[in-house]
Amino acid sequence: MNNLAILPIILPLLASVIVAFIPSKLNIVRKLSQALMVIFLIIVGYIAWLVYHNGVIVTQGGGWDAPFGISIVADYLSILLVLTTYIIATAAVFYAPHSLSDQQEKFYFYTFYFLLISGVSGAFLTGDLFNLFVFFEVLLMASYGLIVLGNGKAQLRESLKYVLVNLFSSMLFVTTIAFIYSLVGTVNMAHIAERVEAIPAEQQGIITGIGVLLFFVFAVKAAIFPLYYWLPNSYVVPNPVISALFGALLTKIGIYSIFRVYTLIFVHDTAFTHQQLFIWLAIFTMLFGVIGALSTNNVKLIVTYNIIPAIGFILMGIGLYSEDGLAGSVYYLMHDMVVKAALFFLIGALVVAAGTKDLSKMSGVIQRFPLLGWLFFLGTIVLAGVPPFSGFIGKLLLLRGALSQEYFLLTIVALLSSLLILLSMIRIFIRGFWGEKMEGMTNDNRKVHALTIPAVFLLAISIFLGVGAEYVLPYVDTISTYLLDRTEYISAVLKG
Amino acid sequence: MKQSNDLILRTTTQIIAFMLLGFSVYLFFAGHNAPGGGFIGGLMTSAAIILMYMTYGFEKIEKIIPINFRTLTVTGLLIAVLAGMGSMLFGASFLSHADGYYHLPLIGEKHLATALIFDLGVYLVVVGITLTIILSIATDSEDESNQNVGV
Repeated sequence: MNNLAILPIILPLLASVIVAFIPSKLNIVRKLSQALMVIFLIIVGYIAWLVYHNGVIVTQGGGWDAPFGISIVADYLSILLVLTTYIIATAAVFYAPHSLSDQQEKFYFYTFYFLLISGVSGAFLTGDLFNLFVFFEVLLMASYGLIVLGNGKAQLRESLKYVLVNLFSSMLFVTTIAFIYSLVGTVNMAHIAERVEAIPAEQQGIITGIGVLLFFVFAVKAAIFPLYYWLPNSYVVPNPVISALFGALLTKIGIYSIFRVYTLIFVHDTAFTHQQLFIWLAIFTMLFGVIGALSTNNVKLIVTYNIIPAIGFILMGIGLYSEDGLAGSVYYLMHDMVVKAALFFLIGALVVAAGTKDLSKMSGVIQRFPLLGWLFFLGTIVLAGVPPFSGFIGKLLLLRGALSQEYFLLTIVALLSSLLILLSMIRIFIRGFWGEKMEGMTNDNRKVHALTIPAVFLLAISIFLGVGAEYVLPYVDTISTYLLDRTEYISAVLKG
Repeated sequence: MKQSNDLILRTTTQIIAFMLLGFSVYLFFAGHNAPGGGFIGGLMTSAAIILMYMTYGFEKIEKIIPINFRTLTVTGLLIAVLAGMGSMLFGASFLSHADGYYHLPLIGEKHLATALIFDLGVYLVVVGITLTIILSIATDSEDESNQNVGV
């Protein structure tokens, strides 16, 4: 029995409990959280290394074999995303003390933070649809705690909407699971996949119906057009470190779930679900998200809106459902998680440096904080996909996939929205960093400096993803062939 | 709470709280074979404690039960997590449990399981959380001195 697959879930859970004992001894809690997180990152790195060398690791909860027990599956895709999560979380834990007030930290920030990581890792790793719901709830509970941290008026208003939207989609999620259970009599994903195959062709309409319902649930979480309305305002109100965790991790859980179920379970009618529904929604998601990003002068809101077109890009690859498409999606997913977290960190530092969120009141920040300015510029071109950075590699794979399947409109929209993403971000650089040195900049250089360091770490990883694509691409290609051939997952879970 | 004429409440609370506490212990141990368990047992216990709060007032009960309920919650969580991880020390899967029949003095032959430790964690979490929530609402006011009570 191999317990390794469950470690990324229970280690942060244990850590969250430990730090909850001494919420007001901030110095100890900070150092402890940072030390623990680095250790966890090393452990998860080791597990990822094992998975890539020895194959998929499956832990059966409580020793009950699948499909009766709950399987925790560390396969190539999930462990890679868990590793990315831990990298971001490690950067965040070093960012948090400088960004949050002492009061906020004392109100169990680190407990919620570790719980969030536990929930996110669980959602990535679980091999059971109902368990996926449970981990969604775990991470949502933690996020409810984080979004109201600080008790601002706007935070309370937005958190109410956030809770309501998520409650509704969770309710629909359970209903959908009940449908699936009544149809195939199991909630283990590998087992569902096996049983769905056995359903005769003329009855597969109902599977498609359920699949679309499930897609709707995940689309709410992932903020896909037209269900992204809740995202910008609720992600913009909390502290930058919390926004970074939300923006980098939470929506990605939604898109990962779509990834999982639409490469494993619902693959019988790709002509409708993937090639029509997903492609069209991807087109609209990219367009509307980027229009949102151009519509505002609030620097944090600009980055928040940029989450949405990224989801469009990833959805596009799933819609293509080809080797290039899936590889591009996985690559883009990884890239986007890292670079979004870095950009949120930098925006947090920028807001502290300039003392305002309003772009029209900012100018010349680079004269006082050159490092921040150039890092932001680097982050912008990484995000927009200027070669040779990581965004470019992901988009190249996606566009190659789209062109080889002759989706010309999709290709044009994808290219156009990349350009507009660049425009929306470079606007911050040009108007905020360039120009006359503004009045009212902070004198706290050390704080800004401390806020910049974690972003350096993330950007370094991001640049490695792009420049070192030669080392990363083989792994991504393994994942896409692995996703297209479902037998390895199914046999690893059911016969492992 | 000021002195008021609540003789009936006080008299019945003495009996009912005792019964509730006793029944909650029964439910807790019935847990893994019959309806019951840490969750229900915990709710029952917190119901009894809240009844006592309502009858005797905040200050008095705080003196009698000098427990920080938030720490109680965390302790429960720790017990539950460690109970799950304990099986990993023996090379078994996470959350695996062992059980067996033991002869205990006075009580006789009993079925004991390590799941009970996990249940104890759940019990403490439920008691802690329920009381934290209810007491936070009960002691909530505009008063500055109470600002730190609510979570």
